[in-house]
Amino acid sequence: MPRQFQQHIHETLANRRLQEAIYTATGRLKDARLAVISENVLPEYQELRTQANALKKQAIDHLDYYLEQFQSNVEAHGGHVVFCKDGTEVADFVLSLAKERAAKLIVKSKSMTTEEIDLNERLEHHGLESVETDLGEYILQLAHERPYHIVAPALHKTRYDVADILTKGLNAPRDTVPENQAALARSVLRQKFLAADIGISGANFLVADSGAIVLVENEGNARLTTTAPKIHIAIAGIEKVIPRAQDLAVFLKLLARSATGQLLSVYTSFLSGPRREGEVDGPDEFYVILLDNGRTRLLPNRERRQSLYCIRCGACLNACPVYRKIGGHSFPWVYSGPIGAILTPQFMGVAEEPALPFASSLCGACAEVCPVKIDIPKVLLDLRSEVHKSEARRGKNRAEKLAFAAFGWLMRHPRAYEIGGRFAASLARIAVLNVGPVRAWLSERDLPPPPAHSFRQLWRQR
Amino acid sequence: MNSRAHILHQVRTALGRSEGQAAPELPPVRLSIPAVSVEARIASMIMRLEALAGRVYRVATPAAARAVVEETLANRTAVASNAPFLEECGIPQLPNVRSGIADRDQLREVCASAAVGISSADYGLADTGTLVMVSSPHEARMISLLPPTHIAVLPCSRLLTGLNQMFALLPSPASMTSSLVLITGPSRTADIEQILVRGVHGPGEIIVVLVG
Repeated sequence: MPRQFQQHIHETLANRRLQEAIYTATGRLKDARLAVISENVLPEYQELRTQANALKKQAIDHLDYYLEQFQSNVEAHGGHVVFCKDGTEVADFVLSLAKERAAKLIVKSKSMTTEEIDLNERLEHHGLESVETDLGEYILQLAHERPYHIVAPALHKTRYDVADILTKGLNAPRDTVPENQAALARSVLRQKFLAADIGISGANFLVADSGAIVLVENEGNARLTTTAPKIHIAIAGIEKVIPRAQDLAVFLKLLARSATGQLLSVYTSFLSGPRREGEVDGPDEFYVILLDNGRTRLLPNRERRQSLYCIRCGACLNACPVYRKIGGHSFPWVYSGPIGAILTPQFMGVAEEPALPFASSLCGACAEVCPVKIDIPKVLLDLRSEVHKSEARRGKNRAEKLAFAAFGWLMRHPRAYEIGGRFAASLARIAVLNVGPVRAWLSERDLPPPPAHSFRQLWRQR
Repeated sequence: MNSRAHILHQVRTALGRSEGQAAPELPPVRLSIPAVSVEARIASMIMRLEALAGRVYRVATPAAARAVVEETLANRTAVASNAPFLEECGIPQLPNVRSGIADRDQLREVCASAAVGISSADYGLADTGTLVMVSSPHEARMISLLPPTHIAVLPCSRLLTGLNQMFALLPSPASMTSSLVLITGPSRTADIEQILVRGVHGPGEIIVVLVG
């Protein structure tokens, strides 16, 4: 396990306040979800999951078809589609458009995709001001941190942390009441919205048959981002495409329920193209950037491809016993929890992140809550096997291989097994085992006390 | 090769597909629409909205709707959309209400300072307490977004059972508008310690007047 990963984990485990914050917040989201998917509230829940899975499968298995359909429909409504391979291409596009339109100020609504490519930093590096407008994201931007959780980005911050951040970032008097903190952010950001030249949003869905993007949110900042400035740029991963507008009847019922336990989020915006003839407001220019950034690497393998079905609801994080202990920042990239454990190694290359597929107990809670039925444990196992194969090729896990060979030999030789077992039990009794690699293993686990008699002994005494 | 060609080529190679190859036809979307009486829809709309801290009034006539709006406004400044139904109720004629704005910059200025935005709604979704707002010359986007209070006035006949019925009626919203927005309760956030705060960017107060 890489040092940094281990260090983050230990720091999080040792921080009692943080432990409580993660546990409470994820617990609340978990309960909220359960309340709105139960049999008596939504009897068709399982059927909706099956349909959502089938629709995502159709979209991903024929991705080129739906992307082209999406593009031609966006263009039919006067919008533009730009394909980008990576963050550099996205930044280049936004920067050159900003230059052409003499734009200085950009407002942004929450987007995990733009977090992937550090868009704000890239734009600010070239002298543009790019302001996050989701309350949690705004707080984190002021604190120079990345999101802790897919739907609750500032989950790890208390109101006292937020007071410090706002006081420092905005030169405002210290206030620890969340309502006042939100009001302060609202008034600062409202001025930004009204002055902004460009609004950048993400997209929860790209609707192929309509050339539309769908944004799901609670605050109204995504609506302001896509309405107030004259230019709207939506940035989305290529996997966000779904075939038809009517398919939203399936996805919208699942997304808010799985994410926050709401029946629907406060605002669902279905946007296609710039404002039409006669419409009073809305942007004059509408661009959709379709980003690859490693996604096409996930396509060749039929099993792993399903990782791209994810609709970023965060339910797997809340359900995961590992995430609930080690938190979001222990994970090396923007995606945390079970979905992060399968997305990050695949985006970055398994050799880059070999520890992540093992950061799971394979309990299956993630697969159970996933609204689009991604079999996360199966993908984890598949990735683990790749890690093992590549390490074996480089001769890295010789000790482990040796240990398993020895274990295999013991299992085939009952007499040796019995003697070995008795030996190990007496060693454990005097705690001699607590050395070397075993010590590291035992640092987070308790070894059950060895029994006085082995099963074999008891069997003989019968 | 440009990025578009490159990405599509990568996708096709990975999926074993060739250029121009179609996708197999999907089965039609099944949108089951439960039979719910108008009265039951009204009751559900009221129950759902109130659960989200929205206020709902049910009145019999357009004149009564106008009276409720006037009382709710209590002389605050308001901006009203150009919806024919608001006209039918006589709401644009109320004191302190600006209406008939067709210019974007002017609308923005008025919305940024008005205390209340008054609109109609194309539909209501009874099972979630949702307002369906289709952007058009009659309904601007900013009226239900910038002012801290949003009042929506709509006839009971526009209440649908839910999302399924809406998507059955509007299979392709993009063919008629650049923006269809579903509004379900007041703007909210729980980003700080999971504590619910209303009105963080959009209106913190939502009032729905059902007519008929």
